Amino acid sequence: MIARLRAFGHFWYDFIVGDDWRVAVGVVCALGITYGVARTGVPAWWVMPAAVVLLVTGAIWTAVRRG
Amino acid sequence: MTAAALFLAVFLACAVEAVEATTIVLAAGTSRDWRSALQGTGAGLVVLAIVIAALGPAVSAIPLGGLRLVVGAILLVFGLQWLRKAILRASGYKALHDEDEIFRAEVARAQDAAADGRAGVADWYAFTLSFKGVVLEGLEVAFIALTFGSNQHDVPLAAVAAVAAVVVVAGVGIAVRAPLARVPENAMKFVVGVMLTGFGMFWSAEGAHAHWPGSDAALLWLVPAIGVFALALVAMLRRLHDRVEVAP
Repeated sequence: MIARLRAFGHFWYDFIVGDDWRVAVGVVCALGITYGVARTGVPAWWVMPAAVVLLVTGAIWTAVRRG
Repeated sequence: MTAAALFLAVFLACAVEAVEATTIVLAAGTSRDWRSALQGTGAGLVVLAIVIAALGPAVSAIPLGGLRLVVGAILLVFGLQWLRKAILRASGYKALHDEDEIFRAEVARAQDAAADGRAGVADWYAFTLSFKGVVLEGLEVAFIALTFGSNQHDVPLAAVAAVAAVVVVAGVGIAVRAPLARVPENAMKFVVGVMLTGFGMFWSAEGAHAHWPGSDAALLWLVPAIGVFALALVAMLRRLHDRVEVAP
């Protein structure tokens, strides 16, 4: 039973998060910053494009270094 | 986002997933037993229909702001993973997705497995291989169609695009009974990665109360900008890859 639950959890983790958890954490953090900036009344649309540039570059760099 | 753009985005994304599922079913059918492989495909489609019937109304019931935040974030994570792999493949740092090679590997594995009949299915291995392929790839098809459709208030059109993609790909697969190696899958995955990243970023930021300059029209520069950025990364990495290969 526990093995099945673990397999179920592993499937959904793999389905949603994928093989680089830092990307998912980065997206959540960037959305938190977007929300925080938007609450102050300052335009917040730029946060996500900046985060995407950083996340893609970081993920590619990590993959290249790992070979 | 126009109806044509919604249709194209969902069609392309779903076609890529359908190619992968078709390869698995073809491998199970040609190397083991067609009847069992098709039974597995049918059972997988029934499970998917149940999941969609349960998830569809639930997704539609979520307020648009929350839906855009959660679904946009998940689409963005999907898109970034696709984009990362597509950039690595295009620049030579990762092997290209080769349906011929995947087909051969699946066939070799299938031929090694022992034959075993269960629950009215002549070949349990062929059944489970097809079932898993259809359910796993189909879940992504269902998720993309539901999320794109819900965000654009046009689930029926997204569903038509998804079904059309699956029917076209499966039809070609059945007609040729060979892996769909001629489909430009790597290029399609690159385009889909760019689109999922663009739409995911747009919707999730809106869900987090950001306002894009020009509202929906922002997608017209956002998606191409991500494409240009990804292509620039590919060009840079290719140069780096060539330099590393030339160096002794």
